[in-house]
Amino acid sequence: MIYQGKVHRVGEHIDTDAIIPARFLVTSDPQKLGEQCMAGLEPNWVKRVHPGDILVSGRNFGCGSSREHAPIAILGAGIPLVIGHSFARIFYRNAFNTGLPLLEIGDAVEQIKDGDSLKVDMAAGLIEDATQGIKLHFPPIPASMQAILDQGGLVGYVKARLSAQHG
Amino acid sequence: MLQTLAQKLLQRHTSDEITQDGQIVQCKVSMVLANDITGPLAIKSFYSMGATKVFDRTKIALVMDHFTPQKDIASANQVLISRKFAAEQQLTHYYEGGDAGVEHTLLPEQGLVGPLDLVVGADSHTCTYGGLGAFATGMGSTDVAAAMALGETWLKVPSTIRVEYQGEADRDLRAKDLILLLIGRIGVDGALYQALEFAGPVIDALEVEGRLTMANMAIEAGAKAGLFPVDAKTRAYCAEHGNPNAQADLRADPGCHYAQTVKIDVSGLEPQVSCPHLPANVRAVSELKDLPIQQVVIGSCTNGRISDLRDAAQILRGRKVSRGVRCIILPSTPTVWKQALKEGLLEIFMDAGCIVGPCTCGPCLGGHMGILGDGERAVATTNRNFKGRMGSLDSEVYLASPLVAAASAICGHIAGPKSL
Repeated sequence: MIYQGKVHRVGEHIDTDAIIPARFLVTSDPQKLGEQCMAGLEPNWVKRVHPGDILVSGRNFGCGSSREHAPIAILGAGIPLVIGHSFARIFYRNAFNTGLPLLEIGDAVEQIKDGDSLKVDMAAGLIEDATQGIKLHFPPIPASMQAILDQGGLVGYVKARLSAQHG
Repeated sequence: MLQTLAQKLLQRHTSDEITQDGQIVQCKVSMVLANDITGPLAIKSFYSMGATKVFDRTKIALVMDHFTPQKDIASANQVLISRKFAAEQQLTHYYEGGDAGVEHTLLPEQGLVGPLDLVVGADSHTCTYGGLGAFATGMGSTDVAAAMALGETWLKVPSTIRVEYQGEADRDLRAKDLILLLIGRIGVDGALYQALEFAGPVIDALEVEGRLTMANMAIEAGAKAGLFPVDAKTRAYCAEHGNPNAQADLRADPGCHYAQTVKIDVSGLEPQVSCPHLPANVRAVSELKDLPIQQVVIGSCTNGRISDLRDAAQILRGRKVSRGVRCIILPSTPTVWKQALKEGLLEIFMDAGCIVGPCTCGPCLGGHMGILGDGERAVATTNRNFKGRMGSLDSEVYLASPLVAAASAICGHIAGPKSL
């Protein structure tokens, strides 16, 4: 899988109230949630996003509530991948469960700037930042997480398990 | 192997042998929880998984508490989804309207969660039940849907930070101050992917309601769980609330391995306040001067229990809320509400000029029943002060104990009980 897009850079400790404020949690529709993505950070933030763009964050992205609406809003906004220094644990599970891959790359994230053009090769474990002229390597996604992604998320994973039980 | 509380608790619920932290284990769950926000998404995932029946209709709790009483058409429609699911699946623990209270106060109070349990909930403050010696952690809706279908979930055995509280606590120091001190010390990701284990003489002396307050905010340090040993106080609480595990006992093995030990001496410390816009921005209350406020909220899964209302009443008795401050008091459950009524606390609040409201999460998450406008500032006994959490992106939330919240309501600015 290869992702290519422009970088939207956000800071440290971006909480789920910033990603999708609670007042918008009266739906679980990805498109409606996507329209309010990052509205708690800046109204109309999402207007700058083109489908395929990549979100790059500082430390502890997704801290706060357990709302799965947060990764759904990011996916709904057309962002297929988040690269971060580190992620809050509930958000980490939720993202993979809903089919949003996360790359945890630590301090290396500081080298990626807002507006950069990025190419990410998941199989090769390689991030190429054409704007900065740098290449960053990342370790493969943990096997248990990859297994969930391969089924399109946890729904597919459990579906396979349930049908095996009943089959 | 000498075991931490987290290792002991997870071992009880898995057939895998736990040999080290970081190991991924498949665990059976004792209780699965969702609310009016996360429930509909869990139900959607449940059916998308091809599931038709929950694993055990007595081990699933759906609590309609966040936007209750239903604040608008959309939130009312969300409740319809949970109500229909509860009826179809014949769930024994569905709470709505006059039965509903703030979930993390309600479940321990009803004896539905207790020592040694493994609880997963589609709400980040599910970690509250660690106060009773349960391994409890928040997850998203789809993880919870999987647990509803399978009765199991996978968990990574967390490494543990032991937190020891020592010294002589001042009479105004509360559980809220103890947990804010820790979050201020280690930061909002100080315990990321880890468990917190609370210990020391201050913890031994702490009542169960205070332990629930502390465990509740473990997530505010990024922790997966905030765990307390099970002792005579826990057993008495369980007996009183009809929990079947009232004979339980649980201690970490002396000499077990901790990733880190944090020692906090509480002697001489004054009440603490967490300043905008992160729970870790913690200061002593006397350091905060000339900060006028427009709203106070006393309630939530952190501090809406009867002991919290007694604290608030002790300050508000015979005094008046400052002009220009709306002081909103939301007892967390119908049982707490009724007890406060019996004890005359509600009359004290009304005489002081407070607004006494229903059992709801409401304003804590900027839902309803007390939203902040542009430039407004609040003191709240809740658990999060992220930007815009309680309303406008230009508003501010300061987190504190009920004693500080009530004192601030009277002063009209942020103040501790000693300012009165």
